Amino acid sequence: MAAEPKELRDDALNGLRLSTQLERVWRTPPGLLGALMSVDHKVVGRRYIVTAFAFLGLGGLLAVLMRIQLAGPEKTFLSADKYNQIFTMHGSTMMFLFAVPVMEAFAVYLVPLMVGTRNIAFPRLNAFSYWMFLFGGGFLWISFLFNVGPDVGWFSYVPLSNLQFTPSKRADVWAQMITFTEVAALAVAVEIIVTVFKLRAPGMTLDRIPLFVWAMLVTAFLVMFAMPSVMVASTSLILDRLVNTRFYDSSSGGHPLLWQHLFWFFGHPEVYIIFIPGTGMVSAILATFARRPVIGYPIVILSLIATGLLSFGLWVHHMFVTGLPQLGAGLFTASSMLIAVPSGLQIFCWLATLWDGRLVYRTPLLFVIGFILIFVLGGLSGVMVASVPIDTQVHDTYFVVAHFHYVLIGGAVFPLIGAVYYWFPKIAGRVLSERVGRWNFWLAFIGFNIAFFPMHILGLIGMPRRVYTYTADMDWAHLNLVSSAGALVFAVSFALLLVNVIYSLRKGELAGDNPWGASTLEWATSSPPPPQNFDRIPVVKHRDPLWADGESLPVVAGLSTDRREVLLTSLAEAEPQVREASPEPSIWPLLTAIATTIFFIGSIFTPWAVLWGTPPMAIALIGWFWPKGSKEDEA
Amino acid sequence: MRQTIVRNVSELPTYGFGPRSGPWWGAMGFMALEGMGFAVAIGAYLYLYAVNSSWPIGAPPPDLWPGTTATVLYLLSIIPNEYTNRVAHRQDLAKTRICLIGMALIGIALLVLRGFEFAHLNTRWDNSAYGSIVWLVLGLHSVHLATDVGDTVVLAVLMFTRHAKPRRFSDVTDNVFYWNFVVLAWLPLYVLLDWMPRL
Repeated sequence: MAAEPKELRDDALNGLRLSTQLERVWRTPPGLLGALMSVDHKVVGRRYIVTAFAFLGLGGLLAVLMRIQLAGPEKTFLSADKYNQIFTMHGSTMMFLFAVPVMEAFAVYLVPLMVGTRNIAFPRLNAFSYWMFLFGGGFLWISFLFNVGPDVGWFSYVPLSNLQFTPSKRADVWAQMITFTEVAALAVAVEIIVTVFKLRAPGMTLDRIPLFVWAMLVTAFLVMFAMPSVMVASTSLILDRLVNTRFYDSSSGGHPLLWQHLFWFFGHPEVYIIFIPGTGMVSAILATFARRPVIGYPIVILSLIATGLLSFGLWVHHMFVTGLPQLGAGLFTASSMLIAVPSGLQIFCWLATLWDGRLVYRTPLLFVIGFILIFVLGGLSGVMVASVPIDTQVHDTYFVVAHFHYVLIGGAVFPLIGAVYYWFPKIAGRVLSERVGRWNFWLAFIGFNIAFFPMHILGLIGMPRRVYTYTADMDWAHLNLVSSAGALVFAVSFALLLVNVIYSLRKGELAGDNPWGASTLEWATSSPPPPQNFDRIPVVKHRDPLWADGESLPVVAGLSTDRREVLLTSLAEAEPQVREASPEPSIWPLLTAIATTIFFIGSIFTPWAVLWGTPPMAIALIGWFWPKGSKEDEA
Repeated sequence: MRQTIVRNVSELPTYGFGPRSGPWWGAMGFMALEGMGFAVAIGAYLYLYAVNSSWPIGAPPPDLWPGTTATVLYLLSIIPNEYTNRVAHRQDLAKTRICLIGMALIGIALLVLRGFEFAHLNTRWDNSAYGSIVWLVLGLHSVHLATDVGDTVVLAVLMFTRHAKPRRFSDVTDNVFYWNFVVLAWLPLYVLLDWMPRL
């Protein structure tokens, strides 16, 4: 009887032979088909990031168009109908196609590297998630270009979005886009949670997890518990429109406010789904450029968790003017103000870190400092609108527009741009130009404040949101002109970022493994990382392993080198438990996404699509899960 | 960066059961988000109940027998389901195959019964907000049920092929775990749909 072939493990190989063997096993197959089959979290993460930034560019372009229209009174640059579509597309694109996806995209790329594993949990689901995001976003924008873009606001309030007031397919396009992005976001949330819980490097106990990873873990839980609400809301909306259900029809027992409750139960945590990853980025950048760990690690984590929990108790503050009972309004005022406490605690921790650190003023740190200044202002106006009397006064005025742009751009986009400068060397292997980066920062900081600060005053003197023009006798012209000029400067800062990225991809300074001297595990591998991430899985003995371990990284040996294998560890102590097979590249996630897209788009036009659209989805899913005698099946 | 090998993990198993396996945690994740979906749908039902002075609107409550029969069958199904768990842990292929076929048949029976549940709701989805919400809640659970039955059928077929490797038994136990959630999720929905309109 022939002896069983011996499994090849990494303890039998070293150096270049080990790297070469692992690269052969973990690489994405060559060619177009290989690219479509990729399940490497870095490949998917890069695609996600680039696509999300493309949507940022498109959403930003719409913002510029709006600001041109509003730069002076009674302009006819845009019609009222086009303006409605544009502000709806701007909000929907920024919230659903840029802000949430880009944060999850960074997590998809970075979390597996930061926790010291070779791939994300459920890599095929990850690939499927990206395709769904791409198809959903593409569907929305193609609809817009064919003049079927939604025009009822990014919140799509009923009865405005009912069949009676929006008889075209515009609101259906919006509702189905929501479903696409939900599927994508929920899939990533599950992947991130399982990656953090089970794929951490040995020794990375709960109190050694990097703060960025903690932030993404909390965000993933928020996605998981907030998004089902908008799923129920948007499904009910499309059912009302397609098969005459009566969820929001007050003549048949339905209620329009049900929409607002369901939407804002998702919509307010959404703000924190965008903001919390930004705080994780800030913590990562700050520690590196202050040359010391963030002060108050447990306080920051508890603040993240508290912010996440409290974010579910605030949704009614979007509904203060809908005539809810006083007691409820008081409760939601209190909880809206209370959430400033954990956010404030984090800011104090960061300020203390800055105070105590040896600061290196590189571009990522500049964006972090910009973040602190802008976000604090946004937070202060947030405390103001949390109060019922003030909210009643400024509701649906430009004050609110100013407030949430200060919070979202200050709280998320500034850290994000800092993160681009910070992690670009790891992703691309080259450093972005520092000189252009400083121009980028100052133009962004000055342009942003010129664009959005006047909106506070415009709101206070009565300019409502979502109006496509105004008359000259309103005295809003000067401030609007200033705001539009600032928006153009802000837009130029993004153009500069794009130029910097394109230039540095070709001619930027080579990065090396750890150009900033950072402490977390993603910097322990080469830049860009090889397909297998790490030749051997690191062992973590400290919160800042690269600072504590010096030149020698402790690692484990014994994983397979002839098939894809990841190491699973225990939840709390990260003790090694299982060597589990990791899926190989597959075309089925793409085919499943195509089948799902046909199902969703078909169901806009006929309820029968639910019947004929299901079998292709079922076939694709079976194809996805069915083992094909591959190496992963031999484990 | 220089590396120092501090531990060898080659003796670890290549698959695990329950919380030791990745797919179990994935199932937990999907149960959490689906559970949240049910919670929100229940919230929507209660909201509509609260804002309407009469409930159900323009219809008698659902007939009790289909939902009650299904509930009994759900609860009884836990016994063969747990037996499936036991034989899968023992990696007894023959019994696992029989149990999976049995569980698939139970699931199919419940899907047929679900058809009767819809037929005996005594309201259409477009009659009123009441009709809409009961169809939505039952529809959500039907999708949930159908996907699990589909998964069980595929897994049963898989266990009759050359792919019935030892680590597939872990997939079977995850399927058992998920079925328990399908049953658990149904119980509050049964009270909501069948008894709430009678209060």
